[in-house]
Amino acid sequence: MRTITYLQAINEALDEALAQDERVFLLGEDIGIYGGGFGATHGLQEKYGQQRVRDTPISESAITGAAVGAAMTGMRPVMELQFSDFITVAMDQLVNQAAKIHYMYSGKAKVPLVMRTASGSGTGAAAQHSQSLENWMAHIPGLKVIQPTNAYDAKGLLHAAIKDNNPVMFYEHKLLYSTTGNVPEEPYTLPIGVADIKRLGKDVTIVATGIMVNKALEAAEIVKTKGISVEVIDPRTLVPLDKETILTSVEKTKRVIVATEAVKNSGFSAEITSIIAESKISMDLKAPIVRLGGAFVPMPAQKILESKATPQLDSLVEALDQVMGEIEV
Amino acid sequence: MNKRVNKIQQTKLIDGIEALKKMWEIRIFEEMIQELFSAGELYGTMHLCIGQEATAVGGAGILRQNDWIVSTHRNHGHCIAKGTDIRSMFAEMLGKKTGTNEGKGGSMHIADLDVGNLGSNGIVGAGFPIAAGAALSAQMQGTDQVVLCYAGDGATNEGSFHEALNLASIWQLPVIYLIENNQYGMSSSIKQMVNIDKLSNRAMSYGIEGITIDGNNLTEVSQTVSNAVEKARNGGGPTLIEALTYRHKGHSKSDKLLYRSDDECQQWKENNDPIFRLESELMKEGTLLEADIREIEKTIRQELADIVDSVKLDSEPTIEDLWTHVYAEDEV
Repeated sequence: MRTITYLQAINEALDEALAQDERVFLLGEDIGIYGGGFGATHGLQEKYGQQRVRDTPISESAITGAAVGAAMTGMRPVMELQFSDFITVAMDQLVNQAAKIHYMYSGKAKVPLVMRTASGSGTGAAAQHSQSLENWMAHIPGLKVIQPTNAYDAKGLLHAAIKDNNPVMFYEHKLLYSTTGNVPEEPYTLPIGVADIKRLGKDVTIVATGIMVNKALEAAEIVKTKGISVEVIDPRTLVPLDKETILTSVEKTKRVIVATEAVKNSGFSAEITSIIAESKISMDLKAPIVRLGGAFVPMPAQKILESKATPQLDSLVEALDQVMGEIEV
Repeated sequence: MNKRVNKIQQTKLIDGIEALKKMWEIRIFEEMIQELFSAGELYGTMHLCIGQEATAVGGAGILRQNDWIVSTHRNHGHCIAKGTDIRSMFAEMLGKKTGTNEGKGGSMHIADLDVGNLGSNGIVGAGFPIAAGAALSAQMQGTDQVVLCYAGDGATNEGSFHEALNLASIWQLPVIYLIENNQYGMSSSIKQMVNIDKLSNRAMSYGIEGITIDGNNLTEVSQTVSNAVEKARNGGGPTLIEALTYRHKGHSKSDKLLYRSDDECQQWKENNDPIFRLESELMKEGTLLEADIREIEKTIRQELADIVDSVKLDSEPTIEDLWTHVYAEDEV
């Protein structure tokens, strides 16, 4: 298997999907000659033409609404929203339309669209270009929410998202685009709603989403020298959520850390924590659950402030020590 | 070219008697749901289009079955005119499993994709880009379907209107935007909410044709829509039509009508009711006698009453139905 970047994996999945299915088309701002804000659609307009790789005006509401209308009438649009923050501009079409139509119409219409979008901080682009708002989407019945954390998952899950008959939010973290991984050359799909055990361990479970998965894996290596064995669970899809894999792991390790880059308050980590707390396993936990998440502040531009606004490697290592009882709470 | 459109263009665009029957069906349907509501038999809300039947029948009523409509929450007329089954509509309003949406949509979301009804919308202005998307779909699939998107005057102040018209124009999409200017967005007079005389002038900003017409004149509506449909089918792109009309009733069931005068309302009802105008025309040209018309009205009233009686016996959704249709089946 060759090694490619996360960005190339996404580009490849889009390329293959366009080749496989006439109904698939791409639309979004600057996705043509420019190749997309981050380069994910590079070369695709040249290959598939301006009809199927369609540049749009700066009109997030219209792009999303057009994707809804096209999806309802037999097409499979894959739209790019340059920065996930801009979802707020398209919120009606996503939340009131795309997510509701299948239910409101008692299954008589489907909305098979994919909204690909770049999320997360770490680029110094400040409060309107750095948010992790996936929690919002996970709160809306009718939407599926995917957060791939490596190149292999990105390609397989994007294929699955495009084949799915529902509106799917596909969150790509900006800092992951340049990361590399082993990716098969042929098309493949990974199941939506199945968590991945990224690392096996027996002492502590870290349930991490998005870029925090990679930080959790690094932290696990660091504490390994102290003899702490960390299991890292990547839900991969927030909706539908694979509760079973999470609970099975926690039942084994009896210690839990939940880590998200998104703001901690009212966030997805609370959902995972609650699922554990509501299960019988909570009675057997050896330490209180630790939740790591973004600071409750808009994302600052300045580098040091920005890095302090999200959990970093040191806070994960510290949390591991905490749940192992090595530091007093 | 659609043969039916061709044929009706040479005559009245739409058969006068058929049109009259449709318009009466719409009006009586709404009168009956209002009665059902007053009698406490109907739960939820409704937005009546009494007084606006010509835009429904002259618009959705002249399309092919596989053309699409996108509707608003003042939708009953559009749905009936496009061929949505009236029995299923009553059932939806009465919360029955046999409803168009199996009771999950209610009045504001009636949809019937089998007859080209892409659904009604509870969000003002949300239909503009959805209609553009359906038109894009037709264009990309190489069909000659067109999309007729209804919206109210107030909706033209939403950003989605401007974004969608621009999109429809740059891509020359086969979509017709039909604005039913009934003079009020809920309680707000259009005169106070925009500073231009004609909403159709807004089309100019997007390089598309804009026309203002008498929305209570069936022939004028159907002729204008038909021309726009023909243009769209032949790759000529979108049209914005502003149809001037008036709703006889309030915005919704709880409207006390404090914002307009009885006199104004009376003027529209007496002199500009689209049904009475069509009736006079048909009588004047000798197509129907007053007695024929009253017979038509009576027959429809009886038919619809019988439908309601039978719908009342239908089953309601079960509690299990709460959980169905949240997500579509996985694989294509």
